[in-house]
Amino acid sequence: MWAFLARRLAATIPVLLIVAVLVFLMLRLTPGDPAAILAGDAATTEQIAAIRASLGLDRPLPAQFAIWFANLLAGDLGESFYFRMKVTALIGQRLEPTLALATLTIVIAVAVAVPLGVAAAWRFGGWLDRALMGFSVLGFSVPVFVLAYILIYIVSLKLGWLPVQGYQRLADGPGPFLRHLILPAITLSVVYIALIARVTRASVLEALGEDYIRTARAKGLPELRVLVRHALANAAVPIATVIGIGIALLIGGVVVTESVYAIPGLGRLTVDAVLARDFPTIQGVILFFSFAYVLVNLVVDLSYVFFDPRIRY
Amino acid sequence: MGASDYDALSVGSAAVRRQNDAWRRLRANWSVRLGGAALAILICVALAAPWFGTVDPTLFDAASRDLRPGETGEITTLDGETLEHTFLMGSDSFGRDIYSRVVYGTRISLLVGVLSAAVALVFGILLGLSAGYLRRLDGPLMRVMDGLMAIPAILLAIALVALWKASLLTVIVAIAIPEIPRVTRLVRSLVLTIREEPYVEAAVALGTSTPKIMFAHILPNTIAPLLVQGTFICASAILVEAILSFLGVGLPPDIPTWGNIMAEGRVQFIAYPHNVFFPGVFLAVTVLAVNIFGDGLRDTLDPRMARRL
Repeated sequence: MWAFLARRLAATIPVLLIVAVLVFLMLRLTPGDPAAILAGDAATTEQIAAIRASLGLDRPLPAQFAIWFANLLAGDLGESFYFRMKVTALIGQRLEPTLALATLTIVIAVAVAVPLGVAAAWRFGGWLDRALMGFSVLGFSVPVFVLAYILIYIVSLKLGWLPVQGYQRLADGPGPFLRHLILPAITLSVVYIALIARVTRASVLEALGEDYIRTARAKGLPELRVLVRHALANAAVPIATVIGIGIALLIGGVVVTESVYAIPGLGRLTVDAVLARDFPTIQGVILFFSFAYVLVNLVVDLSYVFFDPRIRY
Repeated sequence: MGASDYDALSVGSAAVRRQNDAWRRLRANWSVRLGGAALAILICVALAAPWFGTVDPTLFDAASRDLRPGETGEITTLDGETLEHTFLMGSDSFGRDIYSRVVYGTRISLLVGVLSAAVALVFGILLGLSAGYLRRLDGPLMRVMDGLMAIPAILLAIALVALWKASLLTVIVAIAIPEIPRVTRLVRSLVLTIREEPYVEAAVALGTSTPKIMFAHILPNTIAPLLVQGTFICASAILVEAILSFLGVGLPPDIPTWGNIMAEGRVQFIAYPHNVFFPGVFLAVTVLAVNIFGDGLRDTLDPRMARRL
């Protein structure tokens, strides 16, 4: 098992390396002076020169990459001139709201989508099945920010149940924390639900066609146990896969959702950084999110052992 | 057996009948009809925008700011004359007619969608063919594609538009680039299968040049799944363009796109929601139409195709 873990970790290294190279090239291959771009619009010539020296921008490209990468490994993602902070500190500051939002979204999405998918597969061809298929196409098509405004309009403005915008830290109390976070989480989870429910339905449908289901029912097991312990358990691997892949959608959605709901997280940081042309931050955020995405998928891969004991590492 | 039976049995007419069959199935598919009809209407709207009761979308009039949908007000043309105009969808905070902006926005959205999909397909096909057919390129190329796919698409698009100057071309390329890895993977997997077909083996035995094999023999057999994939990329591209514009990193604000209109209107959403709702509805309907059309295409042309993820 540990050998497998080591091997899988080793397999993600090339991907992370490629991401680092791509991000590095993104800045270096664009027209314009990278040092000036990194220093921002309000930079002095000394600042630009200082950056040029510290990143070794007069040296050949591979040397530049070596310097940049060494900094990366040491945890130095550069300094944001716009926010006047080190990028690592900036990310650390904005991490909590995004993490909270993402976690709540995933919990809601899985809790809603998986039972819906199982139910749709169970009553294949029924009204739930067709409603789910219709809803999922809708879920893919309505953009997150349109849905956000619709929900804000109905729930916050007309009904007044929940606040329109803002974020309350968990440390300040779970009540306000949830009240501010539930609407953004629901908005963000819709696309995720559509995706997961679709795959759950297809996967469970396939599992329900197997012989062991027929055996389990013939043994007289209660239907719920058949569905969960036998069908869902065997259908779990593709579902876990799509949850992992859907994280990319989640990250994209987080950027927009935080923008609409005024949540001071990493998504908002990205937008602010882009509008300010603050490249150290943009680079740092991209690296952070990409690494997070790769790691989450690694965890998903490892979880297969838990779902399918036949997979022996 | 009569002459007509003999004709029906001949190889030539069988091939023609297969093609007619596929075309007929396509037209009979409910999703294709629904999505296709909606798209046809949208394309008409986009092409005939000046004749749909619109005014120049850049015209504004300070006297007509923030009108509700259906109210009448003035609008000043470029020549300086003041017309009376019914603002079907209301006006924004500059006094521009939202209806006109939304209708003209259809052009941009459809254009960006189709062109982004085209760019992604072209590069994906080239890379996928190379990776699938030329073994030595396969490993490194797919590693790079894996790395590219690890970066969330919106972030990559945002970063690219921020690095280059915001223009139509920049946005199209920035939206296309994150989609290229998926197309490459699809083409590569198709090529790996088709490569084993007898006709490819025959072509190789005849000494056909590699480019000719790739483009004249393998590529035509990948068209159906690629068409389906292209439709979904188009839907995604329209969405991403709207998101980019909404965040303020898309097309310049003087070009009316649905995202732009929503971006400008969001500040006063609570008081004047029509700024955000009308473009939002158009956006949702368009993307929905393309997605439904794509679903229909997929069910007709290649029911075994793996779901795009």
